Amino acid sequence: MNGKNLKDLEPGQKARVKKITGNGSIKRRILDIGLVPGSEIEMERYAPLGDPVEIKLKGYHLSLRKEEAENIILE
Amino acid sequence: MKEKITIALAGNPNSGKTTIFNNLTGARQHVGNYSGVTVERKEGNLKHKDYDIKVIDLPGTYSLTAYSPDEVVARNVIIDEKPDVVVNVVDASNLERNLYLTTQLKELGVPVVVAMNMADMAETQGINFNYQILSQLLGVNIVRTVGTKNSGTQELLDEVIQAASGQAEITEKQVRYINELEEEISRVQDLIAENSSATLEAASSAAEPLNMDGDYLSRWLALKLIENDKDVIQKIKSLSGGGKVLEQVAKSQDHLRKIVGEDPELIVVDGRYAFIRGACQEALTYTRQDRISTTEKVDKILLNRMLGLPIFLGIMWLLFQLTFTLGSPPMDWIDAGFGLLGEWTSAHMNEGLLQSLIVDGIIGGVGGVVIFLPNIILLFMGIAFLEDTGYMARAAFVMDKLMHRVGLHGKSFIPMLIGFGCTIPAIMASRTLENERDRLVTMLVSPLMSCGARLPVYTLLIAAFFHEKVAGNVLFSIYLIGIILAMIMAKVLKKWVLPGESEPFVMELPAYRLPTLKSVLIHMWERSWLYLKKAGTIILAASIVLWMLFTFPTVDSQGNEFASSSLQMEQSYAGRVGHAIEPIIAPLGFDWKTGVALVAGFAAKEVVVSTMGTLYSIEDEDALAEAEEASVKGFADRAREQSGYTPLVAYVLMLFTLIYVPCMATVAVLKRETNGWKWPSFMVGYTLVLAWVVCFVVYQGGLLLGIGV
Repeated sequence: MNGKNLKDLEPGQKARVKKITGNGSIKRRILDIGLVPGSEIEMERYAPLGDPVEIKLKGYHLSLRKEEAENIILE
Repeated sequence: MKEKITIALAGNPNSGKTTIFNNLTGARQHVGNYSGVTVERKEGNLKHKDYDIKVIDLPGTYSLTAYSPDEVVARNVIIDEKPDVVVNVVDASNLERNLYLTTQLKELGVPVVVAMNMADMAETQGINFNYQILSQLLGVNIVRTVGTKNSGTQELLDEVIQAASGQAEITEKQVRYINELEEEISRVQDLIAENSSATLEAASSAAEPLNMDGDYLSRWLALKLIENDKDVIQKIKSLSGGGKVLEQVAKSQDHLRKIVGEDPELIVVDGRYAFIRGACQEALTYTRQDRISTTEKVDKILLNRMLGLPIFLGIMWLLFQLTFTLGSPPMDWIDAGFGLLGEWTSAHMNEGLLQSLIVDGIIGGVGGVVIFLPNIILLFMGIAFLEDTGYMARAAFVMDKLMHRVGLHGKSFIPMLIGFGCTIPAIMASRTLENERDRLVTMLVSPLMSCGARLPVYTLLIAAFFHEKVAGNVLFSIYLIGIILAMIMAKVLKKWVLPGESEPFVMELPAYRLPTLKSVLIHMWERSWLYLKKAGTIILAASIVLWMLFTFPTVDSQGNEFASSSLQMEQSYAGRVGHAIEPIIAPLGFDWKTGVALVAGFAAKEVVVSTMGTLYSIEDEDALAEAEEASVKGFADRAREQSGYTPLVAYVLMLFTLIYVPCMATVAVLKRETNGWKWPSFMVGYTLVLAWVVCFVVYQGGLLLGIGV
């Protein structure tokens, strides 16, 4: 198994990105927008309906769907 | 002597690029479309010192991959149109991520000037920049700008001229990747170079020769190939010797995976970020850290788990009210104004064809175009405000779960909501969706949200054929069916018509900002003008064609005047269409008169009622349109007598009106938004088929079960 991913993070928890799985445009988009292995991230909140999630990294905020967050494996 | 310079404006979404563009060009802008894609192309002109400068505003992108049409367009403009300088607008408070695009621009071998935008915000956050060091390390010239205060614009232009005339000292610095990757790049690069310059020229998508320096181009191509860029792979594949190059690429990729243990794509991305990190470490100092920003405080409320949804719905309610409630009085004025103009013209002209053409065809047609302006202006004022403050991304964040379930995007919510008022601004509002597929699907299903013009048709038919007690439920069911059909169609379209990998939702929630009046006004003006110019002409032409269909022939085959207007309508071309389609619509319980009314409804849905009034010889059409009791009763009686209308047929007619071809103005707007007739034709086709199928099922089902007969 891949271990802990971004989806498992509770609001307020911090972690470091270990690797990005998935393929094609989703993986590339995640990388391009700055979520590269080694980045420190913090889970900010879940959307009022529970999905997507908002994370904070290096001074900016990103929102991504849980299905995409699963591709972000944490250390 | 004047010299001409072309600059391309590149930058991340939310970097303030549009503000810089507005500062540079003011209102001297031109909006068009890139061929083949629905990506919008914006250009502007200005004079600075002795130079005529053309500015091309590239789509906002984070990267230059082949995954999104926006990114492909951005890089093709740079490669094919050879701007003299690329101005890269970056958000200073978010530098590392923004510079990622910069490194890729550098790899294209064009002179890059970086506009360090929103520098004031970054400085208050406690970030200090050493511009000189940063400039040296990145190999670009940097200008500090604050777009919202129009500061730094002149300095930026000075720098552009320097860079364009080759006076600026720009180092050849660009990202150096890890040795293993560099070796593979050289290997592929050499193979490409062996295939000579002819190959290189063909590799560019332009017919013209390349301006890209041979070295830059071959390095860029090699890098893109190793990155698995499907566009570049496609291009190389079609070349002689391309197969050999691709073989080497596959070998290089395997080699990299083996020795570095990572995907080549990741090694490339990592290399760029490492390069940027290095530069930022040297050039940036932080006086404060981890301060809770205003944006975070605001989001604690606006995106709160309990409050987030009610606040969102409240804002949407305001947007709807702004667009339609506030827009209603000016629409009445426009309507009355064109009415008066028509009357005045009638009174001052001899009765006859020309009078009819001018009054009913042209004045009516122009009025039909202008009438939507208040809605469009107000809606885009609201949308510009939501986008510029940064709330639009939050709106998508709040609604995405619901919308995603039916195959749409969080940002699809606003167009769908606006669709209940009017489909035209709804389709135009779909522009806020960055992704092409999401945007198309949203535009194609938004007509199923029952718009305001369809309401008079429902109220009249309900008043004529249904008991007061059930009236509310009947009306509600029509709206509900529209929503359900939209959900189903969204799924269907995503699956079969626009199949493809699901697009990532990953998006930035930008810092809140106060919008400037200028940018809101420019946005409003741009949308309204495009509507008038591009859609307006088609709407006008279509209304004249419709006028002809209903007017000719003016005399019967013996050359005599028709005894009544209903007889004239029956004999008109539109009437003949009605007769011709009768066999097709008969299984839905409709006769030819209904057919004629449906043809007329293409002008605007509310016309369905007045046309039926004429056909059933109800003298007072206005009274009918207002659903006055006596005329409604007369209408119901006549319709029952002459066509055997039952409540079931009336209900099916409402359904048909809901679903079938939105009005011609919608079709015209869709043509403008999608840059061609393909999607408007598709929309007309699918709504006709869907309307027929749904109505057939309901009518035949109703007959079978004996409901409403």
